[in-house]
Amino acid sequence: MTLMSQDRPLGASVVDAATTPFWEAAKRGVLMIRRCTSCSKPNWYPRPICPFCFGDTAWEETDGQGEIYSVSVTRRAGPIAYAMAYVKLDAGVTMLTNITDCDLDALRIGQRVKVVFKTTEDGNPLPMFTPA
Amino acid sequence: MTIRRKACIVGAYEHPTRKAPDKTVAQLHAECARGALADAGLTVNDVDAYFCAGDAPGMGANNMLDYLGLPNVRHVDATDTGGSSYIIHVAHAAAAIAAGKANVALITLSGRPRSEGSSGVAPRAVVPNVPDSAWEGLYNPVTVNMYALVAARHMHQFGTTPEQLAWIKVAASTHAQYNEHAMLRDVVTVEDVINSPMISDPLHKLDCCVVSDGGGALIVARPEIARALKRPVVNVMGAGEAIKGQLGGQVDLTWSAAALSGPRAFEEAGVKPSDIQYASVYDSFTITVLMQLEDLGFCAKGEGGRFVADGNLISGVGKLPFNTDGGGLCNNHPANRGGITKVIEAVRQLRGEAHPKVQVPNCGLALATGIGGLLGSRHGSGTLILERA
Repeated sequence: MTLMSQDRPLGASVVDAATTPFWEAAKRGVLMIRRCTSCSKPNWYPRPICPFCFGDTAWEETDGQGEIYSVSVTRRAGPIAYAMAYVKLDAGVTMLTNITDCDLDALRIGQRVKVVFKTTEDGNPLPMFTPA
Repeated sequence: MTIRRKACIVGAYEHPTRKAPDKTVAQLHAECARGALADAGLTVNDVDAYFCAGDAPGMGANNMLDYLGLPNVRHVDATDTGGSSYIIHVAHAAAAIAAGKANVALITLSGRPRSEGSSGVAPRAVVPNVPDSAWEGLYNPVTVNMYALVAARHMHQFGTTPEQLAWIKVAASTHAQYNEHAMLRDVVTVEDVINSPMISDPLHKLDCCVVSDGGGALIVARPEIARALKRPVVNVMGAGEAIKGQLGGQVDLTWSAAALSGPRAFEEAGVKPSDIQYASVYDSFTITVLMQLEDLGFCAKGEGGRFVADGNLISGVGKLPFNTDGGGLCNNHPANRGGITKVIEAVRQLRGEAHPKVQVPNCGLALATGIGGLLGSRHGSGTLILERA
């Protein structure tokens, strides 16, 4: 079977101290994570205080590449089917996201993906992923 | 300090309703409280501790306690780990009793998701102050897909099949046929599950629990009080609790917080999984059961699919009778929170009051375990071990 993904309306993003620099980078097409300046571990979702050692963390650009860790096509939670997924970034963290611009029925765990940005209701670019 | 044999469950009540359009949630809480006190043979004046969670209307226990009117309460606890809260409440009540802070604790749960049309699959609102919302809400995580991601990974990593998961529903339905209050009483087959509509790959409609109105209540009391009552005495033997999230981005969906709560409970109780004669395992979805069985040590990690297949969870047939009331999959999932019904059926089994068709002979040691919240992102697990005195 083939089930092509459709863009669905995205609500408004959260704009606050935790997200503003992230959205600014996303507008340049860059997916950022945070990394601890003390223990050097990356963290996701991004936190200013390291969840591993309570050290300070800093923003870091990634190449937006990764692979699908798990994926589930949600078929009956609204009018448009969509793929909920965890993507393991090459940068070292795994993030909850959607896989889009693809045949949803062909998605597989382990598949290589790259970031694409979809615009939220208030104009911020939300990172999703598509087969590389 | 341990809670081992420091407290007993002396009252248990499951509201018979599965649809309550003409009652309020607060009223259901009160009806459950009254039912559990009557079961125990105690009165409102005996209760000196009250426990509730997020289903209770109002701020923590403030509003419900005022509504219920219990005059002698001196200890309150509104711990909320989602549907597993009430399993943890039993442990916290036992700890309060062991510490001398309470003698008789009341735990209530109630809700009307069926009448109110909140099926549990509605997208969660993006709430700015919840720290993960900004990063996840717009992807539309709903309850079912946050469990489906775990099932998909389990199948990929361990070779678990949809048919094996379906056996969990088959076992629950085999038990539910004997429960006159169960929402779904028809026995289903593996094929029925596989042929039901796909909701979120790989979970079908029949991999999901029911949506029901109703509730339940428990009374936990000091052993001296329990022995003076007329009901069979059920001892709290041990308990564990844990919360698991996304591990700072090192996401691992192959284990749940039950891998932490379970060993803590077994250690305190001084027993091992093979000693357990009956298990109430929170079944929000079939995968929830499989993950907990593995994480509690009833089988090795990755072996859950083979363990649950071929009727191994059916009372009188398999090695580990589970959810003999029909569970959340068939009987009842009041308020979209199934923890309290897990404890209630374990108490029935230990008292010898389960339906004769599903009663485990001479049931002396039982376990109740639950996962609340979202298995695939952040959830709370409680495990409780009980014995017949």
